[in-house]
Amino acid sequence: MLAAQSTGSPWIGLVAGITAALLLALIFGWFTIRRGIDQVVVGTAINLLALGVTGTIYRTQFGKSGTLLSVTKLPPFLGRIDAVELLLLVAAIGLTWVLGKSSLGLALRATGEYPKAAEAAGFSVSRLRFIGVACSGVFAGFAGAYLALGISGSFAENMTAGRGFVAIAMVTFGRWKPMWVLAAALLIGFAESLQFTLQAAGVHAPYQLLIALPYLVALTVLVVVGRGTVAPAALAEPYVKGD
Amino acid sequence: MNGFLRFGLMLAGLIVVLILTLAAFQLPIVDSVKLIFEGAFADKFAWSRSAVKMTPLLLTGLGMVIAWRAGVYNIGGEGQFVVGAIFGAAIGKALIGANATGMPGGSVLILGGCAVGGAIWAWFAGWLYVRRGVEVVISTILLNFIAIQLLGYAVSGPLQEQKRQVPQSDLLPESLMLARFDRQTDVHWGTVLAVVMAVLLTVFLYRTVMGYRLRLVGDNPKVARVNYIDPGKVQLSSMALSGAMCGLAGGVEYLGLVGQLGTTFPQQWGFLGIPVALLGGLNPMLTAGAAFFFGALFAGTENLARFTPAGTTIVYVIQATAVLAYVGLSGLKKVRPKPEEETESTPS
Repeated sequence: MLAAQSTGSPWIGLVAGITAALLLALIFGWFTIRRGIDQVVVGTAINLLALGVTGTIYRTQFGKSGTLLSVTKLPPFLGRIDAVELLLLVAAIGLTWVLGKSSLGLALRATGEYPKAAEAAGFSVSRLRFIGVACSGVFAGFAGAYLALGISGSFAENMTAGRGFVAIAMVTFGRWKPMWVLAAALLIGFAESLQFTLQAAGVHAPYQLLIALPYLVALTVLVVVGRGTVAPAALAEPYVKGD
Repeated sequence: MNGFLRFGLMLAGLIVVLILTLAAFQLPIVDSVKLIFEGAFADKFAWSRSAVKMTPLLLTGLGMVIAWRAGVYNIGGEGQFVVGAIFGAAIGKALIGANATGMPGGSVLILGGCAVGGAIWAWFAGWLYVRRGVEVVISTILLNFIAIQLLGYAVSGPLQEQKRQVPQSDLLPESLMLARFDRQTDVHWGTVLAVVMAVLLTVFLYRTVMGYRLRLVGDNPKVARVNYIDPGKVQLSSMALSGAMCGLAGGVEYLGLVGQLGTTFPQQWGFLGIPVALLGGLNPMLTAGAAFFFGALFAGTENLARFTPAGTTIVYVIQATAVLAYVGLSGLKKVRPKPEEETESTPS
């Protein structure tokens, strides 16, 4: 993801990062959708692959010099708020609309809830699922590239520190609604930043518990409501035509 | 014989993947392989490093085998590993506090505590799945995060060292640590324990009624239900057992190697157990083979890292590629119907 960043332009880097993630998502899609292999298995492998490849590239390219890799950050926009942060709100509203109101969104949700119905209505389940996986890859790649280019301006091994997994927790916490997921993300971000504020203020609170709080809340929600009816019914189930 | 053949094929495949990976990163293949081999097998120090790296991989891998075989996708090995170690450290602190460090069986007590800790953590995820229908994948991910924060809290709070300066627990006295075979190397009894566990698990899975039920529930819960086996109950106990194994891995790492807990204690062993178990075909003895291979690879790539910029991260690439190749190939196998699919899982 960061190899392209040495070209100098953070925008090229952003696009490269998204492309790399999209590629990984498509590999994931090929294994899970076309071959019907378990998503947890493939997902674990893809995670390891990304961790290994980025780590090795980083070490072989930049490891010898021992210098800290730094790249031009994305320029800020409108003072302290940068373009990506604004884009978040737009994306959340846009996704709410696409998923809830557009015909593509309806078809996409149908393949998640009851793929047979979507098939009967003339949609290709695997194509729609590929679209879903590809979109999620683009978003995840955007997030990773933004982390490297927008926030830190550098790269470190495993710098994402499980943020992709946090996303799964947030979706659960946000009850599968984009706007609520945005709220959940804000809450988790707030809890993380509060940690530094509290430490700086010399407050001796067990900040670890504060960071764990969003996960604890998400878990409590799950304990109370169970799986409920919110998650798509056919989530993670491979679909075989005519089965 | 089938098992030997599979093991041989697996080993050959892994070596091919290793060479391809080295080539992909434009590393000198012959030199790199030589360095890796020397780092893993050259002398007794290299062998001991391989064995030490294998130990947690094997135990967490076995943990994954138990749960996945019952059809529960436990990916919370990391959390169970950490919570197990926290339980162990709490017992260790209590023993130090009570001045009972010389007590015979002290380390067994701590290891037992670790297993219980891991089991509780995994049991909770299993309970959520069986009783509340919450996906294990989601709950175990959440529990992993909570476990890591719990560790951070424990080592800077209740379990912190007596001087209260560094976020670490007290270093355990030698009498509580697992004995080592040799003064110079790090190989400890935990390695033996892990191998024994692999044998025990093989017997359990293939030679006992409980093990048979567990496999049946994983293969076909409907058939199990028809035969008056409650899949939920079996899956719940398999989760607890799986967590116990991961907790034990945490305990072995704690008592065998580090002797104290800090925030750097989790080294992703819980997570890496998943590809190890998968490449072992969810079979305990083959998992032991896979764990040894990757343990040796970790030790070998550490040696590689001393001479070239590439390092242990290359192991992740190899693991990932191998898993993808493996599932891709077995996916192909499923397309073509093969009647002797099941025979390989029963040792002759």
